[in-house]
Amino acid sequence: MESRFVFRALGVGALGGLLAFVFARIFAEPFIQNAIDYEAGRDAAQNELDRAAGLTVGGEEAEIFSRGLQRNLGIATGMVLFGLAMAGLFVVAYLVVSRRFPGIRPRVLAALLAAACFLGFYAVPFVKYPANPPAVGHGETIGDRSAVYLAMVGISVVALILAVVAGYHLARRFGTWYGSLLAALGFVVVISVAMALLPALGHFPLNESQYGRHAAETPQPLLDPDGKIVYPGFPADVLFKFRLYSLIAQMIMWATIGLAFGALAERVTARAKAPASASRPAAVVTPSPAS
Amino acid sequence: MSTSAPVVDAQDQSISSPVSARALWLGGVLVLSLLLYYFIGIDQGATSLFGQDSHIHEFVHDARHFLGFPCH
Repeated sequence: MESRFVFRALGVGALGGLLAFVFARIFAEPFIQNAIDYEAGRDAAQNELDRAAGLTVGGEEAEIFSRGLQRNLGIATGMVLFGLAMAGLFVVAYLVVSRRFPGIRPRVLAALLAAACFLGFYAVPFVKYPANPPAVGHGETIGDRSAVYLAMVGISVVALILAVVAGYHLARRFGTWYGSLLAALGFVVVISVAMALLPALGHFPLNESQYGRHAAETPQPLLDPDGKIVYPGFPADVLFKFRLYSLIAQMIMWATIGLAFGALAERVTARAKAPASASRPAAVVTPSPAS
Repeated sequence: MSTSAPVVDAQDQSISSPVSARALWLGGVLVLSLLLYYFIGIDQGATSLFGQDSHIHEFVHDARHFLGFPCH
């Protein structure tokens, strides 16, 4: 029984990843290329400055995969596999909740769960640590950045689960509306505290000692010894577009998973119930708690 | 051994086997999904399971940035 839901979920996960890839390929890749070009130009300018100062200039890193491969097959593979991974976690949550609350209609539960996963795994962490294009992010802080990002994802997922459980109990006491509002408020408070305690990317000791105190790792203008700007800071529009499209791509993926899986789960659930019910008309007339 | 037992056996199986099969499915899918999440998003950046290699990292490079993961 579980296998039917799992395989369907993995199917819609791959589809969601594929649709998000198509969106990314059309809308985001031009900006990713802009970011990479910026990085290359900045490195060249930095090398000029180093050479003028009499420093040895480091050689360029060897490319393992061409840009053509990265921007087509590479990102497609990444998005589809990410869709599979997310759909796997999604369907585990679906199977756990649907057994505990069989009264919730499958497509309603699927849509709500997909929205929760979008919030917990991506949107809430994004508020503190938004997606960054190439050229934004210092190589030496990758360990720190990975740690705080995963901490943010973990906190937001756990806090969301706790908020839903709390909301369920609060609803009995304060009614559905106020119980839900109280749980949502609790979630916002917990997340706000976590965000206040976690460091901003620019505030890592490694960054402060080397680049000065900035909120983020976004490249600042490159200055020559006289303080004149020889290369601009990272273009704000590229940063904005990249982040906006990152957000939209996740919405596309989660909407696909939630809605498509919901439709499939309705059919699987109906088929599973059909032989058990006494007669067909009775099954059709049975009122569903939500529609 | 005797022929009278099968009725009880069948009942036992119909209760115990679906539970463990369900746990196996849920646990298996959970672990594999987390592993996939790790390899797409994290491996060969901060930590690396295959030593100093960056083929996975470089191949899914654009996706890693675009999906919100920290990347070099």
